[in-house]
Amino acid sequence: MYTDKVMDHFSNPRNVGEIENANGVGEVGNASCGDIMKIYLQVEDNIIKDVKFKTFGCGAAIATSSMVTEMAIGKTIEEALILTNQAVAEALDGLPPAKMHCSNLAADALHEAIKDYKEKHSA
Amino acid sequence: MNKIYLDNNATTAVKKEVLDAMLPYFCEQFGNPSSVHWAGRMVSGAIEKAREQVADLMNCSPAEVIFLSCGSEGDNHAIKGTAEALKHKGNHIITTAVEHPAVLETCAALEKDGFEVTYLKVDKDGMLDLQDLESAITDKTILISVMWANNEMGNIYPIKEIGEIAKKHKVRFHTDAVQAAGKIPLDVRDANVDIAVISGHKIGAPKGVAAMYLKRGTKIGRFMHGGHQERNRRAGTHNVPGIVGLGVACELARTHLEENYSYVRKLRDKLEQGILSSIPEVKLNGHPNPDMRLPNTLNVSFNYIEGESLLLFFDMKGIAASSGSACTSGSLEPSHVMGAMGVEIVLAHSSTRFSLGADNTEEEIDFVLQELPPIVQRLREMSPLYNRTDPAPLTCDECRMVTITVPH
Ligand SMILES: Cc1ncc(COP(=O)(O)O)c(C=O)c1O
Ligand code: FES
Repeated sequence: MYTDKVMDHFSNPRNVGEIENANGVGEVGNASCGDIMKIYLQVEDNIIKDVKFKTFGCGAAIATSSMVTEMAIGKTIEEALILTNQAVAEALDGLPPAKMHCSNLAADALHEAIKDYKEKHSA
Repeated sequence: MNKIYLDNNATTAVKKEVLDAMLPYFCEQFGNPSSVHWAGRMVSGAIEKAREQVADLMNCSPAEVIFLSCGSEGDNHAIKGTAEALKHKGNHIITTAVEHPAVLETCAALEKDGFEVTYLKVDKDGMLDLQDLESAITDKTILISVMWANNEMGNIYPIKEIGEIAKKHKVRFHTDAVQAAGKIPLDVRDANVDIAVISGHKIGAPKGVAAMYLKRGTKIGRFMHGGHQERNRRAGTHNVPGIVGLGVACELARTHLEENYSYVRKLRDKLEQGILSSIPEVKLNGHPNPDMRLPNTLNVSFNYIEGESLLLFFDMKGIAASSGSACTSGSLEPSHVMGAMGVEIVLAHSSTRFSLGADNTEEEIDFVLQELPPIVQRLREMSPLYNRTDPAPLTCDECRMVTITVPH
């Protein structure tokens, strides 16, 4: 049911874990099925230097989490803010229709982490 | 890669003896048992032999056995057919919150037609309070429907006691015996059951064949309209090979019942004790006393991890199991059985069912016990709920919210 890319990211997820002194953290829960994803950011000079994630969810949720971290690293925060769940799903060669909602977790968690970073650094 | 099948409550492989018995009924003995000519005569005996084999498993008379296409048909027929036949007497049905969807959805459909349904609650171990059941009976009650054993956590319900209550109050009693058949003894007479349903594919017969015990004299509405097969009780040309297979599977189930019970039970107990002793924070779902569960079923929740990811990792090792997680359900709702037992949402998400069969070996269980702990640990390391210092965000209503504030 999943593409090879999804299975690859699911079985070897990139950037799993926490960043100890993260300067942005975002956590979102999935309204449809009750799963959770947490993203840690290390931002330097407006550029995302490092991203790590932790996810409680299905295969699609773990794969999209892994993919979003890969896509966000190296981007400016403005670029990262326009990353959509659609783009994450496409980068994985698609998700089964019933699993599209899982990719919302990934983009939303990233955006929450950026919001957290901005709030902490606006002062 | 080894293939280890631990999902026998979902379906079973057709047994070799069953297939062998079926094969002549495709090309050689292909007749329609309702026909008068040689081709029909060749197969009608086979149907009657199968009827006896099914009757022997349930301890009823062959005339009380009706062949059907699947277990779901049997549950639909029992409930809708009773509603139709007894609607002049009342409109109340009693069932439980942990039934298979074939029962629950049928009851829900009848509710739309003006029937009232009581869904009995279960306790945290998944058991019923028989006083609740008895006091739910009113003079409008026409049916009690309680499964003989549950497919998800394997609990065995006190069918004989329920049969006594039903008899005392003169209420018809239907039991979905789909999971109990072949795993524990079924004696429909002793248990005072009026209607019982079993399904072929759970006991080593093919998919798409099932049987119903309908106690002599039980009036029931027709479910399948058409020809006069099954003495006018179920229309449709007989699935001859399937019925022959079901008969042989019932005979094998009956003759090997004790042997299979103790063999499968030993493996299940080993798996259960192995998991509970080697992995921390695992919750057993269902009755804590293994005697009160089917001998082959183990349902456990591996806290902090979601069931679908667990199943995918098991699958990579060749292990087939199933889960009550919302993510595997299609409806994105966690299992109603876990919900009825009051299992917390995260634990319901991580509930995993292992259902064994007589083909499993001790080596397979050893392999599973060796592979499981690292998979669980790996997924836990990935989970934002594991080793969490701030309060877990998933408590009931909150799990539905979209943004969680992270304390700074
Ligand atoms: C308890 C129970 N009842 C009914 C059914 C439905 O049987 P069938 O698949 O033959 O329709 C099943 C099978 O999933 C079951 O486990
Ligand atoms: S996270 Fe639940 S379905 Fe994907």
